[in-house]
Amino acid sequence: MSLPEGWEMVVGLEVHTELLTRTKLFCGCANAFGAEPNTQTCPVCLGLPGSLPVLNRRAVELAMAIGLALHATVSPSTFHRKNYFYPDMPKDFQISQYDRPINAGGYLDLPDGSRVGIERAHLEEDTGKSTHLGGSGRIHGAERSLVDYNRSGVPLVEIVSAPDIRSAAQARAYAAELRGILIATGASDGRMEEGSMRIDANVSVHRVGEPFGTRCEMKNLNSLRSLQRAIDYEAERQYALVASGGVVRQETRHWDEDRGVTSTMRSKEEADDYRYFQEPDLVDLAPEASWVEAVRAGLGPMPAERRARLAALLAEPTEAQLDAVGTVVDLGVDGFVEAAVAAGVEADRAIARAANELAGDPEERPGLTGESFAATLRLEQTGDLSATQAKTVLSTIALSGGDPATVARELGFERMAADELEGLLERLIAEHPDEWRRYDEGDDKLAQFFTGQVMRATRGQADGKVVLDLLRARRG
Amino acid sequence: MARLSRDEVAKVARLARIELDEVELERFTDQLAQVLEHAADLEALDLAGVAPTAHPHGLVNVVRDDEVRASLDRAEVLAQAPDVAEDRFAVPRIIGEAP
Repeated sequence: MSLPEGWEMVVGLEVHTELLTRTKLFCGCANAFGAEPNTQTCPVCLGLPGSLPVLNRRAVELAMAIGLALHATVSPSTFHRKNYFYPDMPKDFQISQYDRPINAGGYLDLPDGSRVGIERAHLEEDTGKSTHLGGSGRIHGAERSLVDYNRSGVPLVEIVSAPDIRSAAQARAYAAELRGILIATGASDGRMEEGSMRIDANVSVHRVGEPFGTRCEMKNLNSLRSLQRAIDYEAERQYALVASGGVVRQETRHWDEDRGVTSTMRSKEEADDYRYFQEPDLVDLAPEASWVEAVRAGLGPMPAERRARLAALLAEPTEAQLDAVGTVVDLGVDGFVEAAVAAGVEADRAIARAANELAGDPEERPGLTGESFAATLRLEQTGDLSATQAKTVLSTIALSGGDPATVARELGFERMAADELEGLLERLIAEHPDEWRRYDEGDDKLAQFFTGQVMRATRGQADGKVVLDLLRARRG
Repeated sequence: MARLSRDEVAKVARLARIELDEVELERFTDQLAQVLEHAADLEALDLAGVAPTAHPHGLVNVVRDDEVRASLDRAEVLAQAPDVAEDRFAVPRIIGEAP
């Protein structure tokens, strides 16, 4: 979708990420997803009178790591109480950072070369999780909400971008790149489906050259796809409203993924009176230079650098190869590619196999090492295994480990002699004269037919590429 | 500084979910106004040479190690809830989402 000539959308994103700490931000309760409800609470995260928060050192370090990875400045900061009345916060306030955030002023460069400013990345605590039960809900007749405080007090960093984004696709690219960075810093697992990374989008439209329009904030964007769809929908809605003489009202809107629309959740002017004031139970946070530098020194390479490193292994990378490089980095399987290349595997093969075959959860391939990945690809490269066989060997080793050559033998994968294949092909051509005639006359689609026949006859052991070569050689 | 109005006090009370009757509203408007007037007195001081103070202790970076400590027993926690369902705190239905 696009707005008419002369109009543009302006988007800023607020990304909340839960930090991979062992404990919550201000107490020693475990920070772990998926526990039984209300088993990870204490007087601090339940907001009981007299309890006092104490800041988690690791959370501070992860927040600094995020800031540094985003080229922000780590500055002395304070904590504030953001007051609001809502049962997901038992204290009736959330401890957050207000006018003095820990990280301010940074940027994120996207793969397309555009740069998005980062206004701030501050520390705050997460809220409890509420489930709403309607009259027709699980509890008969009752209109109630149920709250689980396990998440109450889990450390968050909120990363606020500048309103530098001009399309839904760019917003998505920003969120994807940021996610990669959060994972690379070790701060987050980036799992949007579990809510450990959550995105709100501020969207407005205006005529180019005129001041920005009034913005609306989108919530409930639970995937990168939702983010992109919601922004496009919302920009279009606002444009239609303005074009027909209407006025955009500043409000929070809820994205409905099934219906593909946003709708009013609440009007801003009514709700946003948080009466921020400094949290009197916490002192200033002012990391000394040596602490900041220690965190900086601990940062590994970020996705952009890793992509460049892998792309440099390819002579003249095609678009598709660069996509595969991006996938490898997103999956965090650079190490497999590097091990394979070090073992003499061609880089494009290593990258393609890593992108396609290592897409699953790393925990689901406990048996696969860089070494066995490399050895399998070597067998494919020398022609001892066909591409299909190599994939089967990889998935077998992934589960139960083992040496690729041995596993291949156990699977009955033996290299088929070229003359054996020739004989088989001759027989198949004799059995299918019409198909052969059409192929011979130039219908390339029939190559697939013959390859399929060969694969069936050899139970997938033939090398598809070799079969194609043989077919071509036989053409008149 | 304009004196604090009753409407402003009523608004603050509403935000904090505190119910005030007419007499209380009158009394707290007066008391809160005195607090604000005291703050205004302080603002009148010339503090050009004084560094901002965030906390009277002057301490910074008070942190603890990221080590798990035992949480409370759930039965004990839920005993404090006004109502319980499915091992969760049951509250009157919430309209809309959190800010």
